[in-house]
Amino acid sequence: MDISLHQLLQQFPQQVVNGLVQGSIYALVALGYTMVYGIMGLINFAHGEVVMIGTLVAITVTGLLAAAGMPVGIAGLCGLVISILSCMAIGWSLERVAYRPLRGSPRLTPLITAIGMSIVLQNLAMILWGRNYMTFPPLLPKVNFEFAGAYFTLVQVVIVLLSALMMSGLVLLVYRTKLGMAMRATAQNPEVASLMGVNINRVISAAFVIGSALAAVAGVMVGSYYEVAHYQMGFVLGLKAFTAAVLGGIGNLVGAMVGGILLGLIEALGAGYIGYFTGDFLGSHYQDIFAFAVLIVVLMFKPSGLFGEKTGDRA
Amino acid sequence: MQAKLSAVALSIAAAFALSACGPKEEAPPPVAAPAAPAAKPEVVVKLGHVAPMTGPQAHLGKDNESGAVLAVEELNAQGLEIGGAKVKFQLVSEDDQADPKQGTIVAQKLVDEKVNGVVGHLNSGTTIPASKLYADAGLPQVSPSATNPKYTQQGFKTAFRVMANDVQQGKVLGEFAAKQGVKTVAIIDDRTAYGQGLADEFRKAAEGLGLKVVANEYTTDKATDFKAILTKIKSTKADLVFYGGMDAQGGPMVKQMKELGIKAKFLGGDGVCTPEFMKLGGPAADGQFCSLPGVPLEQLAKGPEFKTKFNTRFGYDIQLYAPNAYDAVMVIADAMKRADSVEPAKYLPEVGKTNLEGVTGKIEFDEFGDLKSGAISLYQYKGGTLSYVETLGGAPAPEAAPAPAEPAAAPAAPAAPAEAKK
Amino acid sequence: MKNLLSPRSTLGIVLIAAALIALPFVVGMAGQAWVRILNFAILYIFLALGLNIVVGFAGLLDLGYIAFYAVGAYTWALLASPHFGLHWPIWAILPVGALLACFFGVLLGSPTLKLRGDYLAIVTLGFGEIVRIFMNNLNAPINITNGPQGITLIDPVKFGDFSFATRSEFFGVTLTGPYKYYYLLVALAILIVIVNLRLQDSRIGRAWQAIREDEIAAKAVGINTRNVKLLAFAMGASFGGIAGGIFAAMQGFVSPESFSLIESIMVLAMVVLGGMGHIPGVILGAILLTFLPEMARYAVTPAQVALFGKVLIDPESLRMLLFGLALVLVMRFKPSGLWPSPERSRELAEKTAGVAK
Repeated sequence: MDISLHQLLQQFPQQVVNGLVQGSIYALVALGYTMVYGIMGLINFAHGEVVMIGTLVAITVTGLLAAAGMPVGIAGLCGLVISILSCMAIGWSLERVAYRPLRGSPRLTPLITAIGMSIVLQNLAMILWGRNYMTFPPLLPKVNFEFAGAYFTLVQVVIVLLSALMMSGLVLLVYRTKLGMAMRATAQNPEVASLMGVNINRVISAAFVIGSALAAVAGVMVGSYYEVAHYQMGFVLGLKAFTAAVLGGIGNLVGAMVGGILLGLIEALGAGYIGYFTGDFLGSHYQDIFAFAVLIVVLMFKPSGLFGEKTGDRA
Repeated sequence: MQAKLSAVALSIAAAFALSACGPKEEAPPPVAAPAAPAAKPEVVVKLGHVAPMTGPQAHLGKDNESGAVLAVEELNAQGLEIGGAKVKFQLVSEDDQADPKQGTIVAQKLVDEKVNGVVGHLNSGTTIPASKLYADAGLPQVSPSATNPKYTQQGFKTAFRVMANDVQQGKVLGEFAAKQGVKTVAIIDDRTAYGQGLADEFRKAAEGLGLKVVANEYTTDKATDFKAILTKIKSTKADLVFYGGMDAQGGPMVKQMKELGIKAKFLGGDGVCTPEFMKLGGPAADGQFCSLPGVPLEQLAKGPEFKTKFNTRFGYDIQLYAPNAYDAVMVIADAMKRADSVEPAKYLPEVGKTNLEGVTGKIEFDEFGDLKSGAISLYQYKGGTLSYVETLGGAPAPEAAPAPAEPAAAPAAPAAPAEAKK
Repeated sequence: MKNLLSPRSTLGIVLIAAALIALPFVVGMAGQAWVRILNFAILYIFLALGLNIVVGFAGLLDLGYIAFYAVGAYTWALLASPHFGLHWPIWAILPVGALLACFFGVLLGSPTLKLRGDYLAIVTLGFGEIVRIFMNNLNAPINITNGPQGITLIDPVKFGDFSFATRSEFFGVTLTGPYKYYYLLVALAILIVIVNLRLQDSRIGRAWQAIREDEIAAKAVGINTRNVKLLAFAMGASFGGIAGGIFAAMQGFVSPESFSLIESIMVLAMVVLGGMGHIPGVILGAILLTFLPEMARYAVTPAQVALFGKVLIDPESLRMLLFGLALVLVMRFKPSGLWPSPERSRELAEKTAGVAK
């Protein structure tokens, strides 16, 4: 393809916007992974499915209320609230059923239960919501902006702001509140923390509930951005978010945010420019590889991710 | 065990049927079907149906199955007699999860169960490895929707399809793009066997007709975000975006094109010619083009009937290939009637000689088992419905030479085109 | 292992051999499809045993294992199909496939040596995806893998004129393709199990265990952890390569969709569910996870009809739902797998529960 340099420069602002929004979505989901990992050292593989359920619950509730004559905005708000509540319930029970009984068992055991729960949630969603793709009602008014040649919508702005807000909120929670202190203590050494009077069961439950609430918010944002939802949407999203969390240094909240945005930017700019730089040998069909390649390179030089602390012997 | 017993009983019954003394035995009730208190002597003809019933394409699998179910129910209502015995068709439905490995397992299962013919599979990825098993067993296989040219090029006498293949469709789409006065095109495919195959054929046809391909971009069949590749396409100022892929990606794609301010037209194959595409694309779907194999309903006598029948029977709309699955069943039944036998070995030669007025158009096979007339119709989305534009490629429109109406094959048409009175 | 030839062991071996010979006929009574499933179960045993070397013996979490299976499958497909017009014999392809997979194992292993636990998991996962994506896209500019269309008409396993795909007769018994493949697979499986047993008790096996338990201590006692880890990746990968080759020959068709992440996860689930690091356990895990979903396919519909009088829930979703639940429940009540090694269960019993790390 003979794309001129001018064309390449022309698409740059738009690609940055694309990457930023996609990255913020990854970040929103990655925060949930990192939250749980930071405290328990456990990959909650089912997190992506919680996001999916959050989206589908919001669709159903919003649809029902809107059909009953409620204005879409308010119906959407109700949908969001109910979605958050149901995801919190799911997160809480997930931990009780699949993870708590396994504390102290071999490291891979909870990974398998997580995969099992992921399969269960996905198929449950398929039974409840069916197999078809669903449309998500647009919750925010369709306002378009143009800036420096880049087009963007109100939903996109909200997504970027919201993920930054969520991350700051979490940082405040972890470093400024009593619960946060208990969380950090549990993360460092659960036994000592419990000797100091920290109820580690409650702390871990709290981490799961908060992580799941974030998942619901992420789900609703993803849904209202793409206006599409499906019972399998959680898997790929979860995978990308997990990659983002590791890239930033899993367990680190700022790292999750940075990792997510970085991943989004790599994907967008990679898809946009790789063909140009490799003389069309590589193209956007290798888009999913860029993220992993960058991840591998980063981990080769910084084995704990960009912002990760050195982890102990956890293998 | 039970499957094997019933299979044995079935072949005995079939043997009776062949010796034309009429079956004296009642085949045991099939495993999945509700026990029907049938007193009359009859032969149960099992037809295998394979499609993904789980996973991302499950909705299409269910759609195919429904089409086949409808055909089987109609055939049974007609009370056909083949080889002197009353036949009762029964659908043995299997799930291949769109996974090639599962595809061969369920194919073996159908071979073991001694089904008399196979309708399926849905995906080329599973149809191709399974076709070898059916070929070894001498079992006629009619795929409603596997469009990969390779399926019929392996040299198996048992492999047929009742849908134009990717080469036929891609070519017509290229011709259509040229006819629209388009100068430059951007091509996106989803890196599946279907999407890539179609896009490749489109590219060849388009370049052959002097169009300029200004961008080749790619996505996956699980993606939801296409903004990065669309942004790149926007900078090339292509007149047309061609997409080789399915509705679940195509719908959001046209939406995102609009959000990015891309003015180019959108053209896709049968994968995006669905109600789903319209639902997911919303207003952005308006004005876009897509193609469906076969001839639209207004050119077929009993067109809307199929859609109505389908809706009344199942309570939901046709997704995509249900009419083809329906036709696939009818092709097999028709061949059985002409051979006056339900034995695969006896009626297989007749499948190749099919000349049937199907729901999706005229069905005649070439020496490979591909449709002779691979007629393709083009549609445009207008005001929430698909409106017919024109039919390209293949033989002249079937109404020109109406074949003697086969009682078994009630002609109907693809579901989607609802209006269009041009 | 020491008194392998005592009368009791001899009797045991004879019984096991008789059972293995008779098995496909017993299973085949329910239909030949079950023999085919049995064959896939044995292929999964290869894979699970290979992954067990990496995960179970050396304690390195690998989520991209299926990549090696893919490498093996594509090696066979390219060297024995009309795609390049090559038709190499089995004794040439299998070693090439194993070696190539081995090479990829080292390729994956070397940059990830410093990584631990979950970091390793995500990198291996990424590696698996990278291999799949390349296979899916290497049809242009030069057509190597034929991209998403896959490769058709792959040669079956053949020794001279004796093909495993066709029907043939032995001593009055007619054997069809799946039966013949079964015996080939069992023979290979026995070989692989023996290699694994020998490995486990060898110096290398001990070194892997040492790394699994405490890498720093292992280094301190003079184990070259780098080489030993690479060896684990290489050995594990080569088993995957062999399995892949047979898979391609059995199927006659390969395409990248057979090598998705889900497959890696399934194999890992087999290893963990069966009992990591314990060879009989891993074999059990592979067999169970191949057969259970298939059996559920038959059980779910009749069970619903019996309970409710009609099919309420789509049988396929229910089947997977039950599969997921089974994974959770087994892990819940047998955290170190269904059949863990004796040492492992002892260690666990000593550990006090209730601690997260």
